[in-house]
Amino acid sequence: MSELEIELAPHAGEPLKPAKDRRRRTSRTSVFWLGLPLGVITFLVFVLPLTGLLPDGGQDLTATRLPPAFLDGGTWAHPLGTNKLGQDGLTQLVESGRLTIMIGLVGALVAIGPGTLLGLLAGYCRGWVDKTISILIDAQLALPFILIALAIIANRGSSLPVLFLVLALTGWASCARVTRSATLSIRERQFVLGLRAAGASEARIVFRHVLPNLAGTVVALATLQVGTAILVESALSFLGLGVVPPHSSWGSMLAAGQDELSHSWWIAFFPGLAITVLVLLVNLIGDALLTHNDPRKRRR
Amino acid sequence: MKATTLRRIGARVATLLASLLIALTMAFALGRLSGDPTATILGPMALPEQREALRHQLGLDQPLLVQYFDYLKGVFTGDLGDSLQFYQSNTTMILDRLPFTLQLVAAGMSLAILIGIPLGVLAATREGTWWDRGASTLALLGQSVPVFWLGMMLVVLFAVKLGWLPAGQSGSLKHLILPAVTMALYPMAHIARLTRASMSDALREPFIDSARARGISTTRVVWRHGFKNAMMPILTIIVLQTGVLMSGAVAIEYVYSWPGLGQLALQSIQFRDFPLVQAIVVFAAVIFVLLNLVVDLLHSVVDPRVR
Amino acid sequence: MSEILETEVSADHGRRLRAPEESTPVLDVDDLVVEHRNRTTGEVFRAVDGVSLRIDAGESVAVVGESGSGKTTLAMAATGLGVRGSGDIQLLGHSLASIGRRQLRELRPEVQVVFQDPHGSLDPRQSVRSGLRELRGLQRERTSWIDDDGLLDRVRLTPDMLDRYPHQLSGGQAQRVCIARALLMRPRLIVADEPTSGLDVSVQADVLKLLQETQASTGAALLMISHDLAVVRSVCDSVHVMFRGKVVESGPCETVFKNPTNEYTRELLDAMPGARWRARR
Repeated sequence: MSELEIELAPHAGEPLKPAKDRRRRTSRTSVFWLGLPLGVITFLVFVLPLTGLLPDGGQDLTATRLPPAFLDGGTWAHPLGTNKLGQDGLTQLVESGRLTIMIGLVGALVAIGPGTLLGLLAGYCRGWVDKTISILIDAQLALPFILIALAIIANRGSSLPVLFLVLALTGWASCARVTRSATLSIRERQFVLGLRAAGASEARIVFRHVLPNLAGTVVALATLQVGTAILVESALSFLGLGVVPPHSSWGSMLAAGQDELSHSWWIAFFPGLAITVLVLLVNLIGDALLTHNDPRKRRR
Repeated sequence: MKATTLRRIGARVATLLASLLIALTMAFALGRLSGDPTATILGPMALPEQREALRHQLGLDQPLLVQYFDYLKGVFTGDLGDSLQFYQSNTTMILDRLPFTLQLVAAGMSLAILIGIPLGVLAATREGTWWDRGASTLALLGQSVPVFWLGMMLVVLFAVKLGWLPAGQSGSLKHLILPAVTMALYPMAHIARLTRASMSDALREPFIDSARARGISTTRVVWRHGFKNAMMPILTIIVLQTGVLMSGAVAIEYVYSWPGLGQLALQSIQFRDFPLVQAIVVFAAVIFVLLNLVVDLLHSVVDPRVR
Repeated sequence: MSEILETEVSADHGRRLRAPEESTPVLDVDDLVVEHRNRTTGEVFRAVDGVSLRIDAGESVAVVGESGSGKTTLAMAATGLGVRGSGDIQLLGHSLASIGRRQLRELRPEVQVVFQDPHGSLDPRQSVRSGLRELRGLQRERTSWIDDDGLLDRVRLTPDMLDRYPHQLSGGQAQRVCIARALLMRPRLIVADEPTSGLDVSVQADVLKLLQETQASTGAALLMISHDLAVVRSVCDSVHVMFRGKVVESGPCETVFKNPTNEYTRELLDAMPGARWRARR
């Protein structure tokens, strides 16, 4: 039937465009419209400090705990108010955003990298490799790793490398599980047998054929992991176990705001709002990408 | 048929025991890697003889392997060692705090189920409409908010500004409301999303259409036929999320000064009280593994296809 | 010792594999048994139960049987692709049981498989052109005999197909690409596993004709796996009928189809859509 369609189509050179392609395009546009605000936020966080447009971020003990501009007593000199040292809320928010986004990205990479590799190995090699990795995955998913993470931090002290170690340890397993089952289904496809029949090595099949076919799923998982990493970081920093002074992230701003809650709620309000907006956008994109890559969902 | 079920459960139990052993070993390693605890306990001014005596008392002068097996023996007999800061048995302290955490988890989880499931069903039965979009976005929002921040803002609104509810501590039912709502948010979102996915799969099955064709009312079709078939993954996530809440609610308990296990964990970490940290990790790991076992048993009992 | 052997093999493998002794069969399977064990129940299932089979150069042999009769498993085990079984398998004069991994990899291009699902046989992320380029990179010496355009012309596809991705090809086009990929290797044995059952009826005849032509022009042997007796009859010289893992009848196509001696073969023949042709002749 499709053979006939091709023959009869006015533009015989044009590729077939089934409904699937249209569906793909809508999800691509939705990813674009979600990515736009995310891009703007990232751009502002990295570029705004360079422009000199932000209020001075230094201490000013004559203007401590000022409310944001839209409340009584606030001034437009400090649009989002000031903290207990008189530092400008907006400036601090923008500057802490850099570290937050950086931690989100690197934190996702350190979890997704090993996760993908282990899942790929387990799914492709089967046998004892698969058994070992599967037990590790099960163990990770069946254990209170947040507590173990806290224990590691308590043990090693808080620093960025320890934070990334924790993010990797808590995040790799779910990615490995998805990659493993996707690999299992790809390796059963006939083109893998065909390549083997053409004399392709196992390494070539894994890295040149199986991995590219997983790429979409991995990108979606990585996106979702960025959101998770930011949330875990914020919780750890809030408890004083993640980013600690002199560094500052949105999570550590929340920690500072906790003590001021009864009289200056805005100090904790804005960083939390920023985290929520950022993570929500990231999750929406991750969801759209995942739907886009899941053939079962795409067919609907 | 029966033998295969037993074999399956046996394999799962073996895996879970392996997980437990990994956790126990990690907890042990963390305790040993932390350096000399005698310096923490006795302070920097202690005499070498005093420290030596304490090392002997704690069993730290034994070979590592002996310590490891002593530790495993302790775990299986319920003896999790003594705290460095409270001079008490860790097991006793954990059991003292447990009721508070259980209270919070039970309240939070009930709320999450009561809101999450109807929300998910609403989205699934009206798939593609604004109802669906609204419910789905709300659920996703619930997974994007740092819950402890939401807790802080609830405190500002209901305790500081309006003065309706207490800001922290435990005691009356009033004290429970804000922490429970905060606690409920994440699992609620999770349950709602899963219910939606699971229900919309179930409602697509041919037997739904045939039930409708037989003239059974829509509500009955949705709940009796659709939900019954979508229930298993939802039940699974409820049990597993309970485990997460039991150990992962550190930040929420901190915001509300709730005297549960999470607070105890935080205190022990801040004091570098490693025997206590270790004991809490071990306790949580055992709970996790038991809950996972419950899930597996549920699977083989409830789902006739697995049985 | 083994080092010397290996260098010798790699030094003249091109020529050695290309010039077989006339008498060696392309594939000689003796008493092959393949068993699957169900992981959860531990039950053992015999997919292939003591099958012997011989294919000579240039010959085309069919294995027919209903689905689940073990014919695909037989083909995969006989060509050393994934499935392992017990019994003696001589592939191009090499015993699969004793052959090393490296030698097996060198032997593989000699055997090319055309699968049932043409879309599943092509990497969805790879255009036709880059797929062919990869094959050329893998087997430089064997594949230099024809360029891409000429190759596509042979399977009656136009050069503009080269830049398409598998999902942009129809089933018939994709299957022709698969045949082109097999053809490119100049194999000595082509295994066709239900090559037309995923295709529309109007395309099936074309693809079969193409397979036949390919076989004739390259002198390769053909092992056809099918449940469709009409297909087998139009393409193959001899046929083996499989039932529950065993070969129940074999012989030249005409003989078997005209005078089936086995009850199951008779049932198969009666069940085919054009069953009456037997009566008419």
